[in-house]
Amino acid sequence: MSAPSAGQPGARQPSAGPPEDAARDVLVDVDGLRVRLAGSTVDVVDDVSFQVCSGELMGLVGESGSGKTTVALALLGHARRGLEVAAGTVLVGGTDMVTATKQQLRRLRGAEVAYVPQDPASALNPALRIGTQLIEVLRAHPEAVAAKGLGDPRARVAQTLEEAGLGGVPGLLKAYPHQLSGGQQQRVALAMAFALRPSVIVLDEPTTGLDVTTQRLVLDTVRSLCQAYGVAAVFVSHDLAVVGGLVNRLTVMYAGKVVERGPTGLVFGAPAHPYTRKLLRAVPSPERSEVLEGIDGQPPPPARRPRGCEFAPRCPLVMPACSEGPVPVVHLPGEHLVRCLRTELTVRPEENRAPGPSAQPGAAHDALLRVWGLSARYGPTEVLSNVELSVGRNECVAVVGESGSGKTTLARCLVGLHGSWSGEVRFGGEVMARTAYRRARRDLQAMQFIFQNPYTSLNPRTTIGGIVEMPLLHFFPSLGRSEREERVSQVLQDVALGPDFWSRYPDQLSGGERQRVAIARALVVSPDLLVCDEITSSLDVSVQATIVELLRRLQAERQLSLLFVTHNLALVRSIAQSVVVLSKGRVVESGPVARIFEQPEDPYTVSLMEDVPKLPRGEPDARFLAT
Amino acid sequence: MAIVTATGSGPARPTVRRRRAWVAVLLRAASLPRGRFGLGVVGFIVAIAVLGPFLAPHSATASIVSPFALPSRGALLGGDELGRDVLSRVLGGGWVLLAMAAAATALGVVIGSASGVAAAYLRGRWDTVIMRTVDVVLAFPQLVFALLLVSILGPTVWLTVLAVGFSHAPQVARVMRSAALDVSERDFVKAVELLGVRRRKIMAKEILPNLISPLMVETGLRMTYSIVIIAGLSFLGFGQAPPAPNWGTMINENRIGLVLNPWGVIVPAALIALLTIGVNTWTDAVARVAIGIDREAETATLLELPAVGGER
Repeated sequence: MSAPSAGQPGARQPSAGPPEDAARDVLVDVDGLRVRLAGSTVDVVDDVSFQVCSGELMGLVGESGSGKTTVALALLGHARRGLEVAAGTVLVGGTDMVTATKQQLRRLRGAEVAYVPQDPASALNPALRIGTQLIEVLRAHPEAVAAKGLGDPRARVAQTLEEAGLGGVPGLLKAYPHQLSGGQQQRVALAMAFALRPSVIVLDEPTTGLDVTTQRLVLDTVRSLCQAYGVAAVFVSHDLAVVGGLVNRLTVMYAGKVVERGPTGLVFGAPAHPYTRKLLRAVPSPERSEVLEGIDGQPPPPARRPRGCEFAPRCPLVMPACSEGPVPVVHLPGEHLVRCLRTELTVRPEENRAPGPSAQPGAAHDALLRVWGLSARYGPTEVLSNVELSVGRNECVAVVGESGSGKTTLARCLVGLHGSWSGEVRFGGEVMARTAYRRARRDLQAMQFIFQNPYTSLNPRTTIGGIVEMPLLHFFPSLGRSEREERVSQVLQDVALGPDFWSRYPDQLSGGERQRVAIARALVVSPDLLVCDEITSSLDVSVQATIVELLRRLQAERQLSLLFVTHNLALVRSIAQSVVVLSKGRVVESGPVARIFEQPEDPYTVSLMEDVPKLPRGEPDARFLAT
Repeated sequence: MAIVTATGSGPARPTVRRRRAWVAVLLRAASLPRGRFGLGVVGFIVAIAVLGPFLAPHSATASIVSPFALPSRGALLGGDELGRDVLSRVLGGGWVLLAMAAAATALGVVIGSASGVAAAYLRGRWDTVIMRTVDVVLAFPQLVFALLLVSILGPTVWLTVLAVGFSHAPQVARVMRSAALDVSERDFVKAVELLGVRRRKIMAKEILPNLISPLMVETGLRMTYSIVIIAGLSFLGFGQAPPAPNWGTMINENRIGLVLNPWGVIVPAALIALLTIGVNTWTDAVARVAIGIDREAETATLLELPAVGGER
């Protein structure tokens, strides 16, 4: 059993950090942490241990429900309502956050350990000016301000905003949170976290809601601040591609346990746990079109975790011993730990994924959907101007752009949800009315829309069967009951949901399953065109891969055309044949996928490509370690 | 709640399960101590009102003792102002009050929620017209408004019911509009709009089922008010025509003889009070469960736990 040649311990040296030596302080030391549902024996998180040194960034990665946020909050001495820490120590700068008194916690939070939340829009107080909120942090900790020599609070606020890359924004201190963009809000949250020069910082998916360009800016800010002040950072994320370019070490969690831990280079270059390997294979690559592999099933909820290895039911390498009892941790060379019995198989390097179907340029002469000179407005502001695009039969066209580029508005105009637009939209040769209510039944049936958020797009009071049946009842009222039921179960089967989903309600389903139901609802009336509005953006990477593969298969089987709106460029490479790049409501570039990705012409497209977080795959060389 | 039983054989009929949401709320409310208490009290009063006419020892309108006679063997609760048996009048005078209250409540809730949901969903001109009308009606105190209608239209039973029902409608409309505003903005409503489904159907099939919790709470609350207002109107003489027994009317008729035979006032007053307390306690239990069910789902997502353990 030996690790592949690449990726020695030295590989975890950060790019601009202090030289590797034994003198680095361990600032975070979590040992045997166990968090359970209060008053029960159900563990949410069990046997979690890791250390983070000063100047080091550690990524904490896992799907929803893996317990990563629970661990992150334990670093602040906090357990969410209904949870309690049952065992273990969480040493932050030498203090055990589990046993600390309320006074100690109050002194430490903000000053020694700071938190950057997932959604800055809800974390900033909408009624207070930015300046007031920043000063508040400093005023709450006068002893820390004095001890660290941070000087006058006002001067420090200006300084910390400067550090967060917001120095040049005029009138920022007097602004209210809603007047800032998402990226600015997140950098204000960063400034707030760094205001007291804490030694530890916990970032809980801080870039999830941001587009690639803003994400890049925020990540750069995090990196430079951590390195400049020797901060130990814990970066929680479900997206390996985001974490990959940023952190020195990785801790992969699954169902409340640490399944793999090690230097980033080793975990990416020689993933030793089947779960990590699966996760890596689910990440789309902007470099080539590949068949994405999702992970079937979903993580077991705390009360129903299996006795042995938690991943065993979904693992391709499972053997009987895996389910017999707790799986011990195996130490691999280079501070690389893995909780798996089959490491003799997993240390081998993996084959590359199968290439995806070669992109054929859309047959423009046989366009199903053509759009000319579409301009749309929200009140007085024009959000789209003079957009042109066409979608051929059996073609997938991706519309990409940052948030605010108008891509969602474009999708809504096309399906008739947003009424104030001008221009011409021809679908199957017919000119489309502006709103859905004025369109012909046949056109409504032939063009179906799938919403971004599967948590709001399904009626919580209707069964899955009822939801999928609804469009059939509407468009084909003459259909007999048995034929209707047959069609519904056929389409549910097509999206890989069994017949027992018929009678379930949406709140009994996971996000991925809900999105499948939404797809089934659209497909049941056999449309010609599916308009998908960021349909994977609220899903985990592993679920996203399954959904994308499902769509690709359905597109081929049913001769579907797709208009795929997304901010995820890497995903585009795997699913679309042509791309339309939107910026500030205008089409800046469009063409076949291969051309746009390999020779982008417009400077905006070029910068968009550069900002995409790329997964260093199977080659832990200096290229990505030097980022 | 709602544990999924795996249906292995064939697709289950979805229509069977559609009721479950509100049935589950009612069952859960009935299992709470306060729910049980409320239901018990209401059940007791309803039993008196419904079975009473069959159990009454005497006719409710026949004079059998001297006016305001004290309780005796022949008349267990004594006599009223005309020497009629108080017990028989109590037993016979409840069902009309209950039926009127229920009818008025139903009327108010139906009109109120229809206009509230329509205002929230249709927006624009509809919203303005409906809600400004509501504002105007709300400017009058409810009892005064009902009195006004009854005094203009005359004190018959059905007019009283209509008057009380209409006076409830604007308040129900307010509550239902604010609840429906949030639901109307959700994507599942847009998804159905994209199919070209008619608006009336969207309101009935997509929006209304998501308003069950506020609807049930509002119904209970309006029932309490109906009882009080209808009893109050009867007390003021705007109820049934005189010889018919009615708890509200009885209090008015017998209050002059309060010192002679207090039971003629105390018993109907106590029954009205108990009924109100019972309905109120029951509504409170329903409201708690309704909110609690929503909260449970919320915590589950907060905890990032897909489908928290089935046994809870």
